[in-house]
Amino acid sequence: MNAKSKWLSVLDVVTIVLFLTATILVFFFAPMERVMGLVQKVFYFHVATAWIGMLGFFVAMVAGIIYLATHRTRQDAKKWDIVAVAGVEIGLVFTLICIVTGSIWARPIWNSWWTWDPRLTTVTIMELAYAAYLMLRAGIEDPERRARFGAVYSIVAFISVPLTFFSIRIWRTIHPVVIGSSDPSASGAFDMTPRMGLTFAMSLVSFSFIFITLLWHRIRMGYLADKVEQLKLRLTQ
Amino acid sequence: MDAPADTLNYFIAGYSVIFGVMLVYLISLFVRFRNLRQDEKTLEEMEDE
Repeated sequence: MNAKSKWLSVLDVVTIVLFLTATILVFFFAPMERVMGLVQKVFYFHVATAWIGMLGFFVAMVAGIIYLATHRTRQDAKKWDIVAVAGVEIGLVFTLICIVTGSIWARPIWNSWWTWDPRLTTVTIMELAYAAYLMLRAGIEDPERRARFGAVYSIVAFISVPLTFFSIRIWRTIHPVVIGSSDPSASGAFDMTPRMGLTFAMSLVSFSFIFITLLWHRIRMGYLADKVEQLKLRLTQ
Repeated sequence: MDAPADTLNYFIAGYSVIFGVMLVYLISLFVRFRNLRQDEKTLEEMEDE
């Protein structure tokens, strides 16, 4: 697992090309929104980072379930713990970007850096819940126990993900609704021109590739960290 | 019709955060991976002795 796969190198190149394409579309192809001006363009990568943040937490939840289902019967169940950590770490980084860019967008549009709106509150709870996941793991020395506790935690913490996603439908909010904005119950909806739609779709695709690439790299690092931990344990015994 | 709001500074700030945080994370992955490789090498040498 330590040797870099040829396919990972190919994926690296594809991801860089897609990311550059999405960036060029945002900067030069997407039209400027006529009320908000240039800051509206933050929305393309803001939503894309939110998407892969939630995807990371979803991967962690699935890996946690598989770990708990297999750790008594399979020797290689540990790999699912490595996948879960990778998913959480990437999810945390991109959710942080999402929160900060949202705040920057809000300043000229809502005339405030922050408001305790349901969406902003639930996304903050989600970020803190997963930050606590890493703290929990850091406090447990026994690898098997750490993996078991981490798996249970990643499943329980996932409740915050659908809560965040649906918060703009469940409660009254000033946060714009992007997906399904034709729904009359969706408040703050806005329409996109075809150029905006294409840029948005490209942003989602490129960040999905970024997610897969980073996850693969982070899993490789997880295997290496596990090997180092095993070596340390052997030397201390 | 009114001109769009002048929000260039916020646009620059937003994309600086996006590119900056992603770059920091990539560097952190690279540094941690390199450190783990060094640890692995050192521990294997100690085990062989």
